[in-house]
Amino acid sequence: MSIYIEQQAFDPWQAIIDHQQQSDLNKQFGATATFIGSMRDFNEDADVSQMVLEHYPAMTERYLNQLEQQARERWDLLDILIIHRVGDIKPADPIVLIACWSAHRRASLDACSWLIEALKHQAPFWKKETRQDGEHWVESNTDGL
Amino acid sequence: MSIQVKFFASLRETIGVADTTISHADSAGQAWDIATNKAERPVNVLVAINLEYAHFTSAVQDGDEVAFFPPVTGG
Repeated sequence: MSIYIEQQAFDPWQAIIDHQQQSDLNKQFGATATFIGSMRDFNEDADVSQMVLEHYPAMTERYLNQLEQQARERWDLLDILIIHRVGDIKPADPIVLIACWSAHRRASLDACSWLIEALKHQAPFWKKETRQDGEHWVESNTDGL
Repeated sequence: MSIQVKFFASLRETIGVADTTISHADSAGQAWDIATNKAERPVNVLVAINLEYAHFTSAVQDGDEVAFFPPVTGG
């Protein structure tokens, strides 16, 4: 299990490869499910040129650890990797990576889907977008879309 | 008695304070009133006490950290 808050841009694909090589998964896993969330250059019909992601560090760490623990209790998982960006973000930059490894596909697929929804509802991160008419805090997440 | 009060994101900008310490509060709601000088509370404000989601009626004790913030928008 690994949870990282990254201040700098990261490559989610390389992170998956690195984690898989460094973990003790060996050859037990038969399924890897991933979710990668990236920054769009539009929101609510407005162009977005950049974004700042703020967080509440201690509470973020606590909740991501709790969510990972809950996922492990609920599904038969071999490993979980969660990476979330904070700081200055540009369009197309990855914001979040969730990767789940399991022996069979259902556990990793369901856990990955549940984890991103739970993270969006519970982990204390906030987005502030820069649009043509100035800076705007994003007031709510899209609801499971 | 010492209670640390934090504000995040748009709320920090609206209130104009990121972090302050108050000497007394019985509840999170009272901590808001004291720390903001009774500023109007937006309807969607969330509260956490010691890093766990709580309610405005939740009790606050000496040494607690109370945080107020808007709906979360990560991921």
